[in-house]
Amino acid sequence: MTQGTEDKRVAVVDARGVHKYFGQNHVLKGVDLTVYKGEVVVIIGPSGGGKSTFLRTINHLDRPDSGEVCINGTALGVPPKGSRRATLSDAGLSRQRRQVGMVFQQFNLFSHMTALENVMCGPVQVLKTPRTVALVDAKRLLALVGLADKEASYPAQLSGGQQQRVAIARALAMHPAVMLFDEPTSALDPEMVGEVLKVMLDLSEQGMTMVVVTHEVQFARKAADRILFMEEGRIIEEGRPEELMGNPRNERTRSFLRMVMGEA
Amino acid sequence: MWDWASFLHYIHSPYLLTGAAISLGLSVGAMLIGLVLGLIAAMMRMSERRWLRLPASGYVWLFRGTPVLVQLIIIYTGLPQLGIQLGVVASALIGLGVNEGAYLAEIIRSGVLAVPKGQFEAARAIGMTWPKTMRVVVMPQALRIIIPPLGNAFNGLMKTSSLASVISLEELLRRTELLVQVQFKVLEIFLVAAFYYLVLTTVWSVIQGWLEAYASRSVAEDRTTRRTKLAAAVESAVLSS
Repeated sequence: MTQGTEDKRVAVVDARGVHKYFGQNHVLKGVDLTVYKGEVVVIIGPSGGGKSTFLRTINHLDRPDSGEVCINGTALGVPPKGSRRATLSDAGLSRQRRQVGMVFQQFNLFSHMTALENVMCGPVQVLKTPRTVALVDAKRLLALVGLADKEASYPAQLSGGQQQRVAIARALAMHPAVMLFDEPTSALDPEMVGEVLKVMLDLSEQGMTMVVVTHEVQFARKAADRILFMEEGRIIEEGRPEELMGNPRNERTRSFLRMVMGEA
Repeated sequence: MWDWASFLHYIHSPYLLTGAAISLGLSVGAMLIGLVLGLIAAMMRMSERRWLRLPASGYVWLFRGTPVLVQLIIIYTGLPQLGIQLGVVASALIGLGVNEGAYLAEIIRSGVLAVPKGQFEAARAIGMTWPKTMRVVVMPQALRIIIPPLGNAFNGLMKTSSLASVISLEELLRRTELLVQVQFKVLEIFLVAAFYYLVLTTVWSVIQGWLEAYASRSVAEDRTTRRTKLAAAVESAVLSS
């Protein structure tokens, strides 16, 4: 890709030199990633390689120990110029997080709210959207993920696949600039994986900017514009799906792919 | 000799009924003070900042580690020595309330800690601030866990409020004692008092049941389906045997 075309694209996520330690454990060793508008980036790699941690630094659920993450050109957690604070206030960071939707491995639906209330919660509580407007949008989103008939159900009454689709609708309700998916199908029974991946595939086709951590190689092949292979806190290799999966240059990538493809 | 007539007479004595009302008012007031202090102390104890955690831990340690009767006497008869003069009602409210707060802090804290971490993260991820996360997502879920022990605490408090009689607050026990001193019907009058306490705690346990059902409404339906499934399982077992 030439420099000239890159410049015209809009960088939604721009992570530079992200380092993260958990105690003595150096989990992220300088990760750089730029995600452009409408792009779907899939991160694969062995467990414990830092994939999820990196995803969580993108919305500062885990704050990087060094390095910077910009969303639509604004550096997260950095106080405005002239401020005396060392880090941005909780309210300021929360405001920045609105632009980043996140879907978790364990769904994390608010268990005391119905499906509809879960989806409306963000717009009403955070964006101060009028209830009537939020209600219409929430119903539209539940229909989008195929759960229009489940709006009055509580999470405990829904299957894992249904819960995860509500969680996707909840994140979309904030109209985020980018959606992060942290192993969204890893906690699901096999028969429910497909329904969640289908919703994600639909989203990617509608032009949603997405960063997806997953072990679903087939999804990566179909949906990804770019695949990153991450191991031991670094991005080892990246490329278009056909490049990286068809002809991986790195030996570690090759053996990892052989392993996960064998399982499938 | 047991005297039914006296018992039935005192059971609707306005003097004792007023005492019971004062006991109830004192308990409600102390509970409200305790809830406010307990909530603040619980939040402080869960803070990342040491200077917030330490005073809250000290408060809980001090008031859970000393008898409430001693605390009441210190507040009412001890503090004037330092120039702090509090009335009987204020002393009782503060003494019982501050003591209760130390216990409620631990109940509230354990309830919040029982809410899965993912709930906090999901709330943060959609852009909720820390206070909003607590108010909208965490506390409503913690409440379901907290209400039973909170209800037990209030039940206990209604009985503990009788200690205020020691600092001469004319609540139910004090009035009972005063009445006994002139009427000499010791057993009858004390049984009336016990009966009133029993009525208060019984009514409260009914209210507590309603509150528990209300706070559990998001899981209640799940429980009914489980019950139906169980019934179906039993039925099929019976039919097949």
